Amino acid sequence: MARMKFLCDADRCIECNACVTACKNENEVPWGINRRRVVTLDDGKPGERSVSMACMHCTDAPCQAVCPVNAFYTTADAVVLHSKDICIGCGYCFYACPFGAPQYPRVGNFGTRGKMDKCTFCAGGPEPDGSAVQYEKYGANRLAEGKLPLCAEMCSTKSLLAGDGDIIAQIYKERVVKRGYGSGAWGWKTAYRETITS
Amino acid sequence: MMACVARLRNLAGVLALLALALASHAAAQQPGPVDPNASAVSEQQLLQKLHTIRGLGSIPDTKSYTLEQLAGPAWRHYHEVTLRWIGAVVILGVLALLVFFYLTRGVMRIEAGRSGRKILRFGPYERFVHWMLAFCFVILALSGLNITFGRPLLLPLMSPEAFSTLSEWAKYAHNFLSFPFTLGVILMFFMWVAENIPNRVDIEWLKRGGGMIGHDHPPAYRFNGGQKILFWIVFFGGSLVAISGYMLIFPFYGTDIHTMQLAEVGHSIIAILFIGTMLLHIYIGSIGMEGAFESMVDGTVDLNWAKEHHSLWVEEESARARARADTSPSRPTAVPGE
Repeated sequence: MARMKFLCDADRCIECNACVTACKNENEVPWGINRRRVVTLDDGKPGERSVSMACMHCTDAPCQAVCPVNAFYTTADAVVLHSKDICIGCGYCFYACPFGAPQYPRVGNFGTRGKMDKCTFCAGGPEPDGSAVQYEKYGANRLAEGKLPLCAEMCSTKSLLAGDGDIIAQIYKERVVKRGYGSGAWGWKTAYRETITS
Repeated sequence: MMACVARLRNLAGVLALLALALASHAAAQQPGPVDPNASAVSEQQLLQKLHTIRGLGSIPDTKSYTLEQLAGPAWRHYHEVTLRWIGAVVILGVLALLVFFYLTRGVMRIEAGRSGRKILRFGPYERFVHWMLAFCFVILALSGLNITFGRPLLLPLMSPEAFSTLSEWAKYAHNFLSFPFTLGVILMFFMWVAENIPNRVDIEWLKRGGGMIGHDHPPAYRFNGGQKILFWIVFFGGSLVAISGYMLIFPFYGTDIHTMQLAEVGHSIIAILFIGTMLLHIYIGSIGMEGAFESMVDGTVDLNWAKEHHSLWVEEESARARARADTSPSRPTAVPGE
C-alpha cells in the first residue's frame, strides 16, 4: 500500500484558490467550512509565497491521539479519517492539529460545535465505499474509484501534488534539480517528521 | 590563396571555441541571475522564530490564515501525558490519604455524645445554594474526568457508539451545568464572605491542626480555619475554572487557538486540584465526622457537636437568643394566678 501525502510546491502556487473551490464542490462541504485553504506569506513583498494547506494526514496524528472518544482511524493508505457518528464535537483535535484542519459547523447557540469536518484525502469515511450516506457525511470517495484528491488533480500549475509520498517527493526533487531552487515541502517536517532532501 | 583559406579556418575555429566557452559559462549560471528564493522565507526559519506561521488568505475565516502552529503538538503532550499524571497522582493520592485517615482515626465522634437538643446551622437558602453547587460540581467533575480518562478507562468496557453517546451527553451536561455552577459560586460568595474573613482565631485553629489532624477542639466561630480555606478555594477555584471554561465554550470569542490551549491547560489543572479538595470536603462532611452531614440535610446540628467544633459560634448564638428573649415584646410572661 502507498503512503498517501500532500505536497504543495510553494514556488508554483499562484494563489488561484481553485483547489479550495474544487474541494468544496466535489465534497459538498458544509457552509462556512473550508477543508482546504490557501495562505499567502509576506503578501505583496519580495519573496511572497503561497501555500495550499489542508489536513496533511500526519504520521502518528495528533488529532487521533487526543480524541477523547477515539473517533479517528488511519487507513492502510495512511489517510487519517474520522467517524462523525462517534465524534462529540469537543474541539480537542483542533487544539492539537498543527495545520488547523479540523473545523466544526455551528449547530446551536453560542459556540456549540457540531460534528468535526476535515479533509478526507477524498477517501470518505467508515461507511461502505461509494454509499449515499458516506457521500452525505464526508463527501466524495475518489480514492475508492482509483482517483486522487480533486484539489491536486485540477491544480492549474501542478503546484499541489497528492499521492504516494515517495512518488510525489521524487517529482518535487526533479523539479528542484531542474529549476535550481525550491522552498521545501511545507509542513512535511511537522506532519511526517521528514523533509525532502534533494 | 591557400594561406588566406587557412587563416579564415583558424578564425572560425577561434570563434567556435569562444562561442562554446560563452555557452558553457551561461550553462554554469543556470538558473539565471534571479533566484526566486533568495528573499523568500523558509518554513524552518519561521517555525524556529515564531512557532506559528501566519499569513493572509482570501476566505472570510481569518483563523484559517494560520498555516502552521507548533503549540498543537506541545498541547497534545500535555493532554496525553502531563495531565493524566497530575490527575492520577492528585485523585489517587487524596483517596489514599482518606483511606489512611479512616483506618487510623476512624469516624470523629461527638465526644460528649448527642445532647438531643438541636441548633440551626444552615438555613434553607444556604442549603439550597450548597446543594445546587454540589450537584453541578459532581456532574461537571465526572463529565470532565471522562474527557481525560474516559478513553483509557471507560471505552474498553463498552461499545464505541455507547461511549460516544455517553460522552456527548456528558459534554452537553458539562456545558449547560456550568451556568448554575457559576451562579452558585457567586451566590455562595455573597452569602458567606462576611463570615469567612480570616482572623486570629483561625491562625490558632490552624496551629493546633483543627479537629482532624490535631486531637483537641480549638475554638472556632461559625466557620473554622479549614472551612474558611475551603471557602476561598471554592471561590477562587470556581471563578477561574468558570472563566477558563467559558473561553472554551465560546470558541474564538476574543480568543485565538493559543489562548484556548492555555485555557484548557489552566481549566484542567485547577479542576483536578478542585476535585482533590472536594474529595476531602465530602469525606469530612459525610463519613469522616459524626453529626456533620445533618447540617446540610435539615440544617440543624446537635448542640454538643456545635459546642465541640464551633464553640465561639454557639456562644454567639446563645447570646443572640438571650438578647432576642430579653427585648421581645411579645414574650409570654407568667401571669400570677388569680
